[in-house]
Amino acid sequence: MFACSRRFGSAGLGKTAILIRSAGGIERGFVVQVCRACEDPPCAAVCPTDALKLRSGGGVLLEAARCIGCRLCVDACTVDAVLWDDESDKPMICVHCGLCVQACPYGVLELSKGG
Amino acid sequence: MVCWNSLKVVELVEGDPIKNVLYVDLTRRRYWIEERNDLFQKYIGGSGVAIKLLLEECRRGVDPLSPENPIVFAVGPLNCVFPMASKTVAMFKSPLTGNLGESHAGGRSGIALRSAGLGALVIRGASDTPIYLSIYDGKASFRDARVLWGMRSSYTVGRVIREREPKAGLRTIMRIGRAGERMVRYACVITETYRHFGRLGLGAVFGSKKLKALAIAGTNNIKVKDIKAYKELYQEIFKSEITAPALKKYHDIGTPMNVMPLNKLQALPAYNLKSASLDGAEQISGENLARNYLGRRVACGHCPVSCIHLAALREPYEKEPYFYKTTMISYDYEPIYALGSMLGITSPEGLLKLIDEVEVAGLDAMSCGVALAWATEAVEKSVVSSGPDGTIVNLRWGDYNAYIKAVEYIVEQPNEFYKALAHGVEYAATKYGGLEYALTFGGNEMPGYHTGPAAHIGYLTGARHSHLDSAGYSLDQKILASKGEPTPTSVANTLFEEEAWRQILSSLVVCFFAREIYKPEVVQKALKVVGWDLSLEDMKKIGYEILALKHEFKRREGFKADALRIPKRILETPTPFGRLDEAFIRDAVKEYFARLPRSTNQP
Repeated sequence: MFACSRRFGSAGLGKTAILIRSAGGIERGFVVQVCRACEDPPCAAVCPTDALKLRSGGGVLLEAARCIGCRLCVDACTVDAVLWDDESDKPMICVHCGLCVQACPYGVLELSKGG
Repeated sequence: MVCWNSLKVVELVEGDPIKNVLYVDLTRRRYWIEERNDLFQKYIGGSGVAIKLLLEECRRGVDPLSPENPIVFAVGPLNCVFPMASKTVAMFKSPLTGNLGESHAGGRSGIALRSAGLGALVIRGASDTPIYLSIYDGKASFRDARVLWGMRSSYTVGRVIREREPKAGLRTIMRIGRAGERMVRYACVITETYRHFGRLGLGAVFGSKKLKALAIAGTNNIKVKDIKAYKELYQEIFKSEITAPALKKYHDIGTPMNVMPLNKLQALPAYNLKSASLDGAEQISGENLARNYLGRRVACGHCPVSCIHLAALREPYEKEPYFYKTTMISYDYEPIYALGSMLGITSPEGLLKLIDEVEVAGLDAMSCGVALAWATEAVEKSVVSSGPDGTIVNLRWGDYNAYIKAVEYIVEQPNEFYKALAHGVEYAATKYGGLEYALTFGGNEMPGYHTGPAAHIGYLTGARHSHLDSAGYSLDQKILASKGEPTPTSVANTLFEEEAWRQILSSLVVCFFAREIYKPEVVQKALKVVGWDLSLEDMKKIGYEILALKHEFKRREGFKADALRIPKRILETPTPFGRLDEAFIRDAVKEYFARLPRSTNQP
């Protein structure tokens, strides 16, 4: 999460496109909420202003100038992987750069096609 | 004596929310934010800012369990910015010692407070009905906690709040158990289920305010001065953290890696320190627990080490075949010492069940274990006896079922004896006798190191009477390894310099486990990235000043260095240095306090 925010030149967690939370208490371990790079993404399908463009290889790219901050994409994502940037009032969209994978010392994350 | 005129005033990065102090008045149910650049510009954050706020907020002589005792939480500029800067400092007047209450915890607390756009949180007054506070992006809400009050398990309280509040993954949920509600003087505040503001009774102060919990989160960005320098330094620090052999040990076995070496060294307090080693210590060692019980390792927010070890305890139901309850129980060196070796418990399952009970109740594991150890010896010596109604449990070394029952009695306080024990060992021993084996230092129960003179001198002189103040246990082991000849002066000087430097680390706020990484030069570079342009000399001065301010608070509240009691027991049981010499300890304590500067920065 911190690595993701750093990509945008920011410390803290305000700009993260990946979220790690407990699975209902730390005793149960953790859940990773991150974009799966869908080929037919529901977030793009519900965008009323066409601000989410299909990305080659899966997932979407945000055209920030078109986004009206309606949050429909947040609700549409089946795996809750569209996070929100309160500062710009727009979604944080994962670009699959793999910085989070490099930052994880325990090999929990992987950047791969399929699965 | 060190003397200086003024501290450097730094310019904060434009837009850094760290200057924001959220004040919450529980009595009037109001909150507001004040920008306190003045504090952060001079005292950095964490311990430095917290002690200034405590001096401002806490009037001389207030009852620690009255509404007038404030609670201060503070984070620092490195929280959310560099890895292993994951801690939060809490300050209050301690209901256990009657002077400085300071406790540090990790979990997600440091990250959440800083992300919520706060540098510090001050809680004033008291509510008349149980409440909990939720704080998101600097806004506070007062929520009803009547149903949570009296709930048996602190785990359940955590679960309920978790399900009621938003921002999973970004938040901290601090809460007390019944021990805090019932104002046991060493009740703790639990955060993220397995981390604690453990020492000196913050839980009791929460309880006195009818404050059951705090949920805090936010998504504030933290701006840095130079993004390129930041990213480079981040990688450098991160790399040294994941490659440091010392930190790998914390990851593999965790803090309980100390059990066997200390036992071999004859420095592991056992049976209320009647002995400094334990037959069967292997059973409760980090290695044995990792091999047979380790269920999961987890980390605090923004830490690559993951030193938190959770045991999975699988217990069959008595009457149902093939039916099991599995509980995740966090274990560390300190609870293993206090609730294991000090009580002569060598059964890992018995120890884990006792640790779990202490967690359910929300007690400081260390103080609780030392209290039970003192009580066991008091029963053994017939200072107190098991009553006909069984309420003074017949405590016997190793009998973990009796100890589990006694923990319940410390919380419930069904009779005068347990009422006294809930006040702490010093109080109980003063009332019933047995001070010579009451292991308290400045009123705080002993940590788990009988390594030599420096450990005990550190407990006596440390502002919190904690092993983490100046790490005397580490100094002892260094002296042993180098076959050095310590003198009262050399020990006092080393402890003083260490404690002064640690004021900087706890103002940032980085975990002390990362102290070998956050050396002064690295701290200087890291601070520069977030806007604090300080020289090594500036930092040194600030460290001295913070320590001086803490002692100013202590003295103001009645702490007297020359009245410090040295428990006889520590002189009777040999350390790796042999028997300790009382005159040596007294001389070193004297020298330490002679070195302590008086604050020159009073308004």
